[in-house]
Parts: sequence; structure tokens; C-alpha cells
Amino acid sequence: MGDRMTKRLTRAVLTGAMIATAIGGIAVPAFAQRDPAYAAARAAGQVGEKMDGYLGIVGAETPDLRRIVNDINIKRRAVYSERAKATNATLEEYALTAGCQAILATVPGEKYQAPDGTWATRGAGAPMRDSRCP
Amino acid sequence: MNSHELTDCAGAATFPVMQGIRRKRSTKWMGAACLIPFALAGCITINAPEEPIVIELNVNIRQEVIYRLAEDAGNTIEENADIF
Repeated sequence: MGDRMTKRLTRAVLTGAMIATAIGGIAVPAFAQRDPAYAAARAAGQVGEKMDGYLGIVGAETPDLRRIVNDINIKRRAVYSERAKATNATLEEYALTAGCQAILATVPGEKYQAPDGTWATRGAGAPMRDSRCP
Repeated sequence: MNSHELTDCAGAATFPVMQGIRRKRSTKWMGAACLIPFALAGCITINAPEEPIVIELNVNIRQEVIYRLAEDAGNTIEENADIF
């Protein structure tokens, strides 16, 4: 009787460990990728990086583009807000800094907002950024 | 009756202490009166601008703040690649 109980217990512990490992593997994925619709709009130059750290619609606005941009911007704002608090900065300060970095991170062909407020296409060289950007 | 009594009290302002205070006050006013011509001579007329004053809030964000946050912001973008 005692021996059988020990076996059962061992099996239960092992199963538990396996389940924990499986959940852990799912919970920590590699860096998440862009939503395909967002990636497509970005590549097509329909959306661009604004100086203030948020995404903007370039050219004609469509309901689909507005949905994508709003969704991204709401998520960005939440992240900015959290990090601004952690770094003892204001939301605007953090967002503007992230905007500097996000514009720098654009790849050739993508749109970004130049310091004069107009939309520019990223070329092979460095983008035109606010004079305060690092 | 009561008010009459009060008036009587006020009449006691002829005490030397009260007179002293009075004299000091008058000296102060004399000094201020002397300054009036100088104040008038130094007047500058400023006209209010016709266009409304627009303050760009972003201008208030200083470069040193951006430099301080740059590294953290760069990491944030990398860690949230799905929304950047």
C-alpha cells in the first residue's frame, strides 16, 4: 500500500513539473512581432512615426488605418506612462524621447515626421530629427 | 452716550506717542511724493500684440531630459517591438 502511494505521489509531482515547464515556455516567448496589418501599412508608407512618439496616418485616412493607429498609440501611451513614472519624467518628455528613437529606427522607405511637421520618407542616410534628439 | 465716549478717547491723540507716529507717517508720504517725477520720467509704453500668443509645449522639454531618457526609451522600443 505504502509503496503504491509513493509511486502515485512521484507521478503527480513529475506531471506537475512538466505542466509548469510547458506553461513557462509559452509565457516567455521571443520578442513579439508587429501585427501583419500594421507591418503592411508601415511598409506601404500609409502610417509614419511622428515626432511626439506616436504613430500617424500619412495621406488619406481610412477606418482600417485609424483603427490600427489608435490601437498602437493607446498601447504606446500605456508603456510611455509606465516608463515615465519609473524614470521620474513626464509622459510628454518620455514620449518625445521615444519619438526620437523610433524615427531613428525607421528603415529606408518608411515615413516619419520631419522637424518642420511634414512627412518625409526615410532614405539611406540619417533621418531629419529635432535638434534636441540625442 | 457710548459714541461720545469713544470720540473722547480719540481726542487723546494729542499724546506725545501718537504724535510721534503721525510725524513718521508724513515723512514717508513726503518721500513717496518726491519719487513721483522720477517714476513718470521712466515710463515705457508697451502695446499688447495683435495675434494671440501660442506656447508650444514641446519647447519646454529640455535636451538634457531627452538625453537622460534616451537609453531607457531605446530599450522600451526594443522590448515592445510589436507596437513600434
